[in-house]
Amino acid sequence: MSAAEWTIISLSLKVSVVAVLVTLPVSYGLAWVIARRRFPGRMLLDALVHLPLVLPPVVTGWLLLILLGRGGAIGGWLYETFGITLVFNWTGAAVAAGVMALPLMVRAMRLSIEAVDRRLVGAARTLGASPLRAFLTITLPLSLPGIAAGAMLGFARSLGEFGATITFAANIEGETRTLPLAIYSQLQVPGSEHAVARLAVIAIVLSLGALLASEWLVRRSQGTRAHVL
Amino acid sequence: MYFEIAIDMAVDDHAFTLDFSSDAKLTALVGPSGIGKTSSLNAIAGLLRPRSGRIVVDGQVLFDSASGVDLRPEKRRAGYVFQDARLFPHRRVAANLAYGERLAPAGAGIVTRDEVARLLEISHLLDRLPATLSGGEARRVAIGRALLCAPRFLLLDEPLASLDEDRAETLLTLMERLRDELSLPMLLVSHSSAEVDRLAGQVVTLG
Repeated sequence: MSAAEWTIISLSLKVSVVAVLVTLPVSYGLAWVIARRRFPGRMLLDALVHLPLVLPPVVTGWLLLILLGRGGAIGGWLYETFGITLVFNWTGAAVAAGVMALPLMVRAMRLSIEAVDRRLVGAARTLGASPLRAFLTITLPLSLPGIAAGAMLGFARSLGEFGATITFAANIEGETRTLPLAIYSQLQVPGSEHAVARLAVIAIVLSLGALLASEWLVRRSQGTRAHVL
Repeated sequence: MYFEIAIDMAVDDHAFTLDFSSDAKLTALVGPSGIGKTSSLNAIAGLLRPRSGRIVVDGQVLFDSASGVDLRPEKRRAGYVFQDARLFPHRRVAANLAYGERLAPAGAGIVTRDEVARLLEISHLLDRLPATLSGGEARRVAIGRALLCAPRFLLLDEPLASLDEDRAETLLTLMERLRDELSLPMLLVSHSSAEVDRLAGQVVTLG
């Protein structure tokens, strides 16, 4: 593989891994709240979490620009207080990928939390466990397969992220040009069918691998009839 | 008095009242299915909140709606043997037994792990996962787990249901020993009149 291809692959992996690691605790918290708590506005929260799944990705990217761009409500504050800029660099690509991965990750984790018998938590409480300890010793370990499956699925989704990334983080070689963006760029160049095919095969292998791994994890823990998708 | 209980319960659409006091070491709670026997145990353990009333066990107020007392389940220290055993599926038998023991106040224990293993004949099961246990084995481990959490009282929900006769007889003998050797108030929910006649000092009928 060429040096340019390695740059694309390593950037894609870096962006996806960071996106998943940062989104993981957030998604698990949201998944737990949606699965276990009953409060007014729960439906709205659930809908908001699913928004990136149903919106055109370009719109999600535009919303990120409005919020996190240098002139945006949160982005302006980040820049003035910490000197952090998210747009047009790889952290921005990771933010876009994380937001797009969030609904899928929350979904996988919510299902696995709902599969944990709440009466086991009650049993732990009668044995002397505080709510936090019962969560850490019962709910968390028993929902671990869902966390792993959610992470895998989020990773695959991040790897394929295009619309929100190109809108929010732009298409800058070596900085935000991940695998899908690189394929798109090559497609603009006449006579680059071979380069496109090579990148496409890499994308297929990486994405399929992540998806198969998450299916395997879910089946192993929740029976052969359970599915991620 | 071991148990002084007067509570108004509402579970889903079913409302009922439980009102009794007992100075028998082992009190049996009987009544038709679905009348609220398990819900009553859950309320005493702190897993369900009564609409109103008062729960006092062995002189300690666990719940009193009039004065706003509502101890959390982990503070009530009930040794609760659930009807479905309810062992933690991801932990081996030894870890299930140790779960409450580790959280019990130092020096409060009423039995040691060795005594429990011998008494309940579960020494050979310690390395097994709950999914590999028979119903009777799981029940015995659940009783052991409840005894090891240094309970102040025991709640037993149909401990002998769906066991074959030999196993039921063994457990029955064991419960007689627990009743006579430990100074723990025990509340037993049962459908079997033979079991109730043999064990209970007082019978409370719900419904």
